[in-house]
This record gives sequence, C-alpha cells and structure tokens, in this order.
Amino acid sequence: MAIKDVQEYMHLTDDEVEQLGRELDAIRQEIEESRGEKDAAYINRLIRIQRGLAAAGRLTLMLGTQRKETRVPAVVAGTTFLALHKILENMEIGHNVMHGQWDWMNDPEIHSSNWEWDTAQPAEQWKHSHNYIHHQFTNVLGYDNDIGYGILRMAREQKWHPANLGQPVYNALLATLFEWGVALHDLDIERIRKGEKDPKEMKRQLKQIWRKGRNQVVKDYVVYPALAGRQWRTVLTANLASNVVRNLWAYVIIFCGHFPDGALHFTEEELEDETRSEWYLRQILGAANFKGGPLLHVMSGNLGFQIEHHLFPDLPSNRYAQISERVQELCRKYDIPYTTGPLHQQYGQALRTIIKLSVPNSWTSSDQPEPPTPSRERRRKSDAERPPRRQELGGWSRSAAGARG
Amino acid sequence: MASTIPWERVRRAGDKLTTPLLPDDYLRLLNPLWSSRELRGRVEKVVQETDDAATLVIRPGWGWRYDHRPGQYVGIGVQVEGKFQWRSYSISSPPVRKRRTITITVRAMPEGLLSAHLVNGLEPGTIVRLALPEGDFVLPDPPPQQLLFLVGGSGITPVIAMLRTLDRRDTMPDVVLHYSSPTPDRMIFREELARLSEKHEQLIFHELHTDTDGMLDLADLDRICPDWRERDTYACGPGPMLDAISEHYEQHDLEDRLHLERFSLELGGEGGEGGTLTFRNSGKTIEVDGATTVLEAGEEAGIGMPYGCRMGICHTCTLTLVSGKVRDLRNGDEYGNANEPVQTCVTAAVGDCTLDI
Repeated sequence: MAIKDVQEYMHLTDDEVEQLGRELDAIRQEIEESRGEKDAAYINRLIRIQRGLAAAGRLTLMLGTQRKETRVPAVVAGTTFLALHKILENMEIGHNVMHGQWDWMNDPEIHSSNWEWDTAQPAEQWKHSHNYIHHQFTNVLGYDNDIGYGILRMAREQKWHPANLGQPVYNALLATLFEWGVALHDLDIERIRKGEKDPKEMKRQLKQIWRKGRNQVVKDYVVYPALAGRQWRTVLTANLASNVVRNLWAYVIIFCGHFPDGALHFTEEELEDETRSEWYLRQILGAANFKGGPLLHVMSGNLGFQIEHHLFPDLPSNRYAQISERVQELCRKYDIPYTTGPLHQQYGQALRTIIKLSVPNSWTSSDQPEPPTPSRERRRKSDAERPPRRQELGGWSRSAAGARG
Repeated sequence: MASTIPWERVRRAGDKLTTPLLPDDYLRLLNPLWSSRELRGRVEKVVQETDDAATLVIRPGWGWRYDHRPGQYVGIGVQVEGKFQWRSYSISSPPVRKRRTITITVRAMPEGLLSAHLVNGLEPGTIVRLALPEGDFVLPDPPPQQLLFLVGGSGITPVIAMLRTLDRRDTMPDVVLHYSSPTPDRMIFREELARLSEKHEQLIFHELHTDTDGMLDLADLDRICPDWRERDTYACGPGPMLDAISEHYEQHDLEDRLHLERFSLELGGEGGEGGTLTFRNSGKTIEVDGATTVLEAGEEAGIGMPYGCRMGICHTCTLTLVSGKVRDLRNGDEYGNANEPVQTCVTAAVGDCTLDI
C-alpha cells in the first residue's frame, strides 16, 4: 500500500517525530565519534581476505585443473573461492565503500570517490541510481526506480499490463543475470521507453557500461580460460558458475531489502516539505531486515540491517549490528513497526508479491492493509524534477569516474 | 640496475587479470611496498636527534625515483586511530638511489599531534603514505659560488640535505651557515654541522643560541658575514624570522638574492570569479575574491576547516560542496555537481557557494 503522509498514517505527533529524529541523530554522532583503529582494521582485513580468495580461486582453477585427479576438487574449490570473493567484493566492500562508509579514514585506496567495484556497472552510475535515487526517495512511487527495477510490478499501485503476466520468468532471468540488470539500471529503461531520456546522456552511459562490461567479460571468459590452456573450457564454466552464484545471492539479498510484506510504499505527497526526521521515519517504514548470524551478515554486506543501512547509509557497516539494537529500542518506544524475519521468510514474501502482482489486482488479495488514500498519476521523474540531494548520501562525480574501466 | 619501464608494462598487462583493480592492489598484500598506485614507505628506523626531534629513516616502495632535489619536501601520511593524517616535511637525505632509503627530520610541535606522534609514537615497520617530492627551495646545479644560509630551528632540515649533497659531490662552495636555536641541546644536526665545517674550510658555521644570546639582529649581518650582499641567500625557519629577513633584503634591494622556504602553494591556474561562501552548519558567510582558496576563506571566517598538506595532495581538506561551483586553481577544472566533494585547499569560488561544514 502506498502512504501519502507517513505522519498522518502513524500515531505520532509532530513533536514525537522530531524527537525520534534527534535520538537517531544522537546515535549517528556517537558512532561517528567512536570510529577508529578497530573499524579501519576490519575493512582492511576484509579486503585482504577477499583479494586472497580471488587469487586462490584463480590459481586453483588454473593449476588444479591441469591434472585429471585434482580436476573435480579444484573446480569445486576454485568456483567457491571465486563466488565468495565476488560476493564479498560487491556486497560488504564495494557497495559500502561507494556509500562513503570508509571515507573518514582519508585513505585514497578505500574511498567512495574512486572505488571501482568488481561488477559490470560503472561505479559512477551506481552512485547516482543507488546512493541518490534509491536512498533518498526510498520506496516513493514514481521516484524510486528500485521498485521493481522497471521490469517487475512490485506495488499494487503500479498499473497492471498484460506484459506483467511474464513476471515469474522475468524474475528468474533477472536473478540469473543480476549483474547485467544492475549494469543497465541507471539507464532507467522506463524513461527510455517513454522517450524522456536525454540521448546524449544515454550514449555516455552506454559507452561507460560497454567499456567496463567488456573488461569484466574479457577477464572471466577470455583471459583466465586462455591461461588454463587445454582446460579453458573447464575454467570458463567455473567462472560462469561463480558469476551465477554471486548473481543469485545478490539478487536474493537485495530483494529482501524492500519487497517483504512489512516494507511500505509512499506517494510523492509524502516528499513535500519532508523534514529530516520524517525522512528517517520513511526509511524505517520502507525497509525490511532479516535475521542471521555474523557470517550471514558479512556475506550479505550487512544488508540484513537494511533499516539501519537506510537510516545511516554512510556509517561503517560493521557497526550496523550495534546500531540495530538501539534502533529496535526506539521502534519499541515510539511503537513503530520494525520489519524483520528469517531470510527464507523475507524472500518468500517478496517472491509471493512478484507472482501475485503478475495478474490484475482484483484476482489476488493484498498482503498488506489498504492505503488510507488512493494514489495518483506516477510518471518517472528526472533528476531535475526530484528535490535536491541529501548530503549524507555522498557525491557521485563525473570527473572522478571513468578513469579506469 | 634494471630500468623500471618493462615492469610498468608487465603490470599494465596484468590489469586484464585484475580489472577493475590493478595488479598492485594484490601485490601490496604480499609486501606493502609493492604498489605504485599510492606511494608508500616503511619506517625502518627512528633516530632521536634531540629531546624533541627525530629522524625517520623511510624505505620508499615502488614508484619512488630517488631524484628529489636537495631542499625539497615530501608529503607523508600516517594512520592515526584509523585515519590518515598528512603533513609535509623536508627530506634531509641527499638523493642517493643506492641507499634505498630517504630520511625526514621532524620536530614535535607543542600543539602538533601528528608531529609528536611521528617523533615519539612511530614504531619501525610502520607503513606510511608518501607524496612525490615538491618545492622550489633548491640549489641550482651547479651551486652558486657564494652561499649564505640563514636558518632557525627545524628550518635546518632542507639545508642539511643541501649541505650533505654538496659534501657528497665534493662541490662545497664558499658557504656561511648561520643557525639559530634556543639552546645547543635543541640544535638538530649540531655535531654533524661542526664536523662538516671542520672538513671543508670553505664552510663557516655560526651558531646562535637565542636563549642566552638573543635573536639574530639582521643589522649584525655586516659583522657576521660582511659580504652577505654578494651571496645567494637561502633562509628557512619560523615565519616571523622569514618576514624580518625578507624585509631586510627588500630594504637593500636584494630580494633577487633571497630564497625562502615557506611551504606555500603555487597556484598557476586561473582564479574563480569569487562570491559569497556560506558554511551551512554555522550559517557563517564570507565574501571572497577569485584567488582566495575555499580553505583560506573558511579559516578567515573562523570555521574549523580540516586541512592537511594545503597543496592538493592529501585530500584531508575535502568538503562537500552543497551548491555552487568552484574552480581548481591548479588546472582550471570546475566542480559544481550537487553535493560534490571538493578539495578546499586548491579551489576557489566561482559565484556563490554553500559548503557542508
């Protein structure tokens, strides 16, 4: 359901919302002041592990496949190492570094301004489509392109079209080819379809994607297989498998962030005169966590703490667990829903929504309470039509990107 | 010694294997010095020079060319509580590749947290970041026939690099060195300087201990070094001392003879247009011209601006430009995207700007 005015929907008064905002600001300040040596050691250690996994995976596949007796274990181990390396790099390292979570270290090698992640999408485009569009306009219909990524119908307020019947298939394709779906994300397929996209900007973006995507493909499907000589086919298959594993995993985790039942959608009326505290409140209501142990959280880039990540996108991810306890306390105090559950339940709900919304609304029942008001027209907005950018979402810069591709 | 060029090429070919990273990003995990992506160095030794000054012997990693000119300084970044802090220090060693090390000499300043850390807290083995050597406070090659060095306190560090180089190359010209320090104990390199002046009779070494004998009165130059007007003068020391010296030389119409080391920034590019800078958190504003850097303007307005090298190397001063446009004074590049990070020490306003601080 879509909410026109969060505060009206909630039981909170103006003062209570402002008070909540102040308490969240206090948490932010506390974490900012306590960042130090241990946090720096955490990200450096993780980068060492991830690059170690990459090297181990490549070497295991290249050397281990040469002899018949070691081939099968080498393929299994090598593929696993590579998949783990890609997952860690994309989720806990790349995504979080590009959010500026580690900029405070003042380390030019771990900085949002020049990090290029190990996937097909150019970092600059990610920082626009994700840090800005998605994090500032989280779950606002017509503003946040992450609601279904322009491919899936994920909110009942989005108009049904017969093409939506294919959703289960599109979903499976998106999951398998997730890297490439993400790569095209900032192009904003919907605005291209409607002819609203500036062709010059589109050309620039396509060129950027082409350059980076080509390097990724050449690495995994040409160079490393070639280095394996006669075993090129084995290595190519293993590389492909590791990419698919990463794609599926990233897809599941990302779909658990905003599509489980408790995560609400909003309308553009909510954006009007939205205060910082109301923005905080929208982040809590629009995101969903999942539960798990420390290993699961690291492997999912700490996105199991999606609510905390949305409240404080630029605080170091290793602190989200600690922040989460404080946020849950606040949610209890102000009686705000805090959506969480086991991973399989959260993903199950997202999948159910994908399937249900492939048919017209009248055929299925909503899993969420009806919105207080019907929603209005939702055309995609361009940056010029969106309100100005919030500063905690960091920068994205044309000049810094594209240096390497 | 093999040329470094083939290695560059090998590493570039390696890009295909490591894209989007560089091979160096992996190699540095084997040995922290095996990366030329960022210049690094390992602290090999910390040599106590005086009670409050120490020499750091640093082994630079890949990409260091050992071709600094004596007198130049180097930016050094040290991680303190997880955060890199940058400062610049003169290189005190002569440029010799064979040694595989460079040295910088640091005096712990009473209010300088980083300098105190460098002097007392740095363990051998620590990895530091380096910036390429810079600075115009250098001797021409060949050196002038007659030289006068006017040095105060830790200002000796670039001068010792020059003297060591002249000594090594055995090209010591006619040199007068006037070195002021509060007490003999606080005089860095005192023994070495005495030794050098014994070895080279054309090197005259004047010590002045200001705690007992008072500051150098420039009128005394006629007595200390009667032919000072004929000498190329290199002065390095505290700001007030340099101000007095440059005034003295101007009075005698000799500013061409005088070379000063002030760690200042050379800004070649075009200026901005200027405008009103607004600092968002405090709401303070200041009118600036197009030549004043955002950093200088902020300091003038009483904002606690972060800064490091003040020359665009270290990025410590980077702030978010909320709105408006700034121009990089080094090359004229303009930055004006909403919420773009900008280096305040090398940019000036192009029209009205708002900064997030």
